[in-house]
Amino acid sequence: MRDVLLTTIRGLGFGSVYAMLAVSFVIIYKSSKVISFAQPALMLAGAVLVSYLAGPVGFYLAVPLAALGIAALGLGLERTTIRPMIGRPVFVVAIITLGLDIAIRVVVNVFIGTDVRNVGDPWGLDTVSVAGLPIQERYIAMVVVLVVVVGALFAFFRYSRYGLAMRAASLDQETALVQGVSVGAMTALSWAMAGGLAAVAGAFVGAGGGVDQSTWVIALKALPAIIIGGLDSIEGAVVGGLLVGVVESFFATYQGEYLPWLGQNFSLVSPYVLLLVVLLVKPYGLFGTREVERV
Amino acid sequence: MLAVSNLEVVYDDVVLVLRGVSLEVPEGQVVGLLGANGAGKTTLLRALSGLLDIHHGSVTRGQVTLDGERIDHLDPQQVVARGVSQVLEGRRVFGEFSVEENLRVGAHTKPKDRAANLERVYTLFPRLLERRTQAAGYLSGGEQQMLAMGRALMSNPRYLLLDEPSLGLAPQLVANIRDLITTINEQGTTVLLVEQNASMALSISEHGYVLENGRVVMDKPAAELLDDDDIKEFYLGLGAEGAERSFRDVKHYRRRKRWLS
Repeated sequence: MRDVLLTTIRGLGFGSVYAMLAVSFVIIYKSSKVISFAQPALMLAGAVLVSYLAGPVGFYLAVPLAALGIAALGLGLERTTIRPMIGRPVFVVAIITLGLDIAIRVVVNVFIGTDVRNVGDPWGLDTVSVAGLPIQERYIAMVVVLVVVVGALFAFFRYSRYGLAMRAASLDQETALVQGVSVGAMTALSWAMAGGLAAVAGAFVGAGGGVDQSTWVIALKALPAIIIGGLDSIEGAVVGGLLVGVVESFFATYQGEYLPWLGQNFSLVSPYVLLLVVLLVKPYGLFGTREVERV
Repeated sequence: MLAVSNLEVVYDDVVLVLRGVSLEVPEGQVVGLLGANGAGKTTLLRALSGLLDIHHGSVTRGQVTLDGERIDHLDPQQVVARGVSQVLEGRRVFGEFSVEENLRVGAHTKPKDRAANLERVYTLFPRLLERRTQAAGYLSGGEQQMLAMGRALMSNPRYLLLDEPSLGLAPQLVANIRDLITTINEQGTTVLLVEQNASMALSISEHGYVLENGRVVMDKPAAELLDDDDIKEFYLGLGAEGAERSFRDVKHYRRRKRWLS
């Protein structure tokens, strides 16, 4: 029982990070109808920025600063490389984001060097005892940050003028335009928000273990998360992210014992197995909008 | 005054849709714009509200002015901010949004006046108040048209451009919409009413324009247009004697249009 609980909590912790990344994918998808493969690089850039800023200003200030910095980077990327591609096939835009990802990572890698960089988080691998369970503080922090971020996003999209305008623009661009909504500005805003989110996620990916040149791979786990949740649903991205985290965590703990014939480190591919299963049962994801094609 | 002079619009650099259209919408009036499918009505509205860009259209000659200032090269949001608001053809409400959220999007450019405008819209359209928390996609066609008009009013426009508000509505609802347009006009909003339903449009307009093949072929006070034999025949579906014609006669047209187009 104790093991099950600890495994679940670890899963929810990492799942929170995946969920934040997944939400960043979804925000861009909703505004531009494209999956931005630049998110892993933005996450890495965010983590590295935090690792540099944490020394002088402390971790708690470094995270929001890095989020702002990467948001500005996202804004710049949208303006320079995505905006000119409006009206082109989304496939082309997706390939551009792939190129951006590689380019940004090359630059960021220079700042990482060959060692693991510590992001300067205050938790490390410390644990706190809750009801007799030694729970790692960083997992608690990850879950708390996810709750705060997602809560803020929901309030933003539901109640604020710009949130509403962003949703309107993603539903029907022409109608949004005649209401006086600048659709271009809304797309730019979505890239900035996605960049900021990726940076925050990056800071927590690095918490406890630091970042190195291969950390970006973690962001790819957001892909099964968004496809499980449905590409255009923020709720779905959160649920998908948490689900991926928990499944991965359970495989890491129990697969060696119960399914030894799957070999070692099967937990690394478990998100993709989960993805396969969900797609077979619910092709549009758990929360996705069904696409009805009429001929 | 909203004025269009010698406007020429080309889509994709090849398709000439408007061939020198001139039109005036004086403040305080209702102006009707009639025309069959493909005459260029919607294109003209796009030129007024800055939507040509996203349809790959461009103004190649002439201009659109609002109180003397050129507005044909402005972005849609700048046009809305100057007080010209369009209701697109086919209502186009945000189906997933609640009625009130739709109205809030309409208030995007005027967040400060939102409460006052919301009250005005709910007074004009009490049905929307009843349904304010419902998803707009579940409203009936007439209610959706009211919502689309209410949403456009949320930006507090001086000029309201309506693109076929009677489209797909039952005659009773068309009459409702007509009365509402009159009320909106009496409250001080100038209306440019683009319609295929000529009798409805001319019954509330002061002035009417007839657009055919991208040209204005007739331009008269609405009362005179209602009396015009050609308009009666080709736009109101009435015979020369004023009675509704039987479709049995349709094959045997004797009258021809007397204008060039």
